[in-house]
Amino acid sequence: MRRPKALLGTSLWALVVGALAFIWVFPLLWAFTTSLRPPGQLGSQIASLWVHHPSLANFKEAWADAPFLRLYYNTAVVVFGILGIQLITITLAAYAFARQEFWGRELLFRLFLLQLMVAPAALIFPNFQTVKSLGLLNTRLGIMIPYFASAFGTFLLRQTFRAVPRDLEDAASIDGCTTLQTIWNVFLPLAKPTLVAFSIVSVVYHYNEFLWPLIITDTDRARTVTVGLASFTQSAESGAQWNLIAAGTVIVILPLLVIFILFQRRFVESFMFSGLKG
Amino acid sequence: MAQQTGAPRVATGTAAPIRTTKRVRRRVRMQPYLFLLPSLVFLATFTYYPILFSLRLSLYQASATVAHPTFVGLRNYTALWADPIFRQVVANSFEFLAGTVPVTMALSLTLAMLLNRAHFLTTPFRTAFFYPTLLPLIGAAAIWLFVYTPGYGLMDVYLHRLVGGGINWLGSPTLALPVVMILTIWKNAGYYMLFYLAGLQTIPAELFEAGRIEGASWWRQFQAITWPLLGPTTLFVLVIASISAFQSVDQIWLMTSGGPDNRTNLLLFFIYLVGFQFFDLGKAATLTVFLLAVLMAIAALSFGFLERRIHYEV
Repeated sequence: MRRPKALLGTSLWALVVGALAFIWVFPLLWAFTTSLRPPGQLGSQIASLWVHHPSLANFKEAWADAPFLRLYYNTAVVVFGILGIQLITITLAAYAFARQEFWGRELLFRLFLLQLMVAPAALIFPNFQTVKSLGLLNTRLGIMIPYFASAFGTFLLRQTFRAVPRDLEDAASIDGCTTLQTIWNVFLPLAKPTLVAFSIVSVVYHYNEFLWPLIITDTDRARTVTVGLASFTQSAESGAQWNLIAAGTVIVILPLLVIFILFQRRFVESFMFSGLKG
Repeated sequence: MAQQTGAPRVATGTAAPIRTTKRVRRRVRMQPYLFLLPSLVFLATFTYYPILFSLRLSLYQASATVAHPTFVGLRNYTALWADPIFRQVVANSFEFLAGTVPVTMALSLTLAMLLNRAHFLTTPFRTAFFYPTLLPLIGAAAIWLFVYTPGYGLMDVYLHRLVGGGINWLGSPTLALPVVMILTIWKNAGYYMLFYLAGLQTIPAELFEAGRIEGASWWRQFQAITWPLLGPTTLFVLVIASISAFQSVDQIWLMTSGGPDNRTNLLLFFIYLVGFQFFDLGKAATLTVFLLAVLMAIAALSFGFLERRIHYEV
């Protein structure tokens, strides 16, 4: 009696959730199939997911229309530059907050906390003025510099550092390790999962960021992929060249999607973890 | 002379150790500040200073064409209040908040409950809802721009029979904002779903077991167990969703540019327009102060909660 009922329930579940999931992936599927549709095949067919003669012609044209290599390069420099500096600043600050006693610790901690509420996005206008007076407009450094300190990363890592056993730290200092050596040899290896989680979230966030790099750059010299895609889309939209827009979008979203599919578990866990501790 | 008197002092057996311990102690006391210094330099330059800068500049009339800003007191604030576009923008922003946050949260909670079970389809389903989190909002907006294209966009083609074709979704004053909201909900639901999944996994299964033995209905169990125990998660998601709603801008930039007739003009986009298209620096600073005040208010509402999390969570 019970089993057929459960089976029916599961089938219904799969059907309903599956239908919803299909709605969720539809835009992505559409972008992929349309990017493969030969330039001639437009009209009403464009909304279908079936492609008669798939071709890479759109990618060729999109690749020629925008300097994607340059944009990728800029994005890679920006994303990994931010991450590299962040890992240094958050490690030092997290250690101080987790393991050291000093005057003003509470106050400084609250000052860090402020960055969680006042996200850099809200400060685009004043920060633009600062970057401008530093002479960093149209540079990759100008895009990166507001993100070099991360309150979020500091909190994440502080929690992890607090869980490191005192004995290990004491053993290291008895062996003659300096504080920095202790951090390097004891704390960082134990914090690897946190560091990976923070790195994934940071890279995804800065790869996808748009408005800040947009206002900091007005040439392709330092532009990132998102800014390139936006101007590309605007020029192609006026001509209703949807296969071209789709190809450009696929070029931009593909790197992260491929890495995500390869390391799905890690990504999902990282984002989950970031919220739990953030 | 100085060298001669200095040398023996160092050489004496009693003075030297005192000196070194003093130095060590001072170094240890200085060390935390040195460790915080790199972060503090950047926080000071790009978080604390810009807040003060905006507060100060908001008291001046300043534009790109005027060489010397003139002090005008609170006139920027009164002018802002009198500005019908600003009122429209504030109304839009709250409408956007009210239209996206509760729906996204309800949807993500529902998805989490539906996907909190062991089945071979669970992982692919979760992936399907989560992947928009990883897309750049500007790329997602580019795709959705097509979805809403009149004539042959997906909406028109697939909803043709239901609503009739030829609707100019993004050009309509009544539809444009809801249409942007739909994209935003689609983009964020899977992200918040993760938090709810994590929250659900902390609820002991025995509680549901007990509920079932007592003969509690599904809805009763939800009311008595799931919802109260997910309280902290709900509050947390509410805060980050609200903060992110007030910072929505990329999709506006690409899809509507704030139009038609400012119907989709949201706060951060308005700051972008005023500061970087109209070059009204005093007004942009005033708007920034306003946005900061809104974000601070959200933070203040949740502060007790956040503080508890950060201080006592292990």
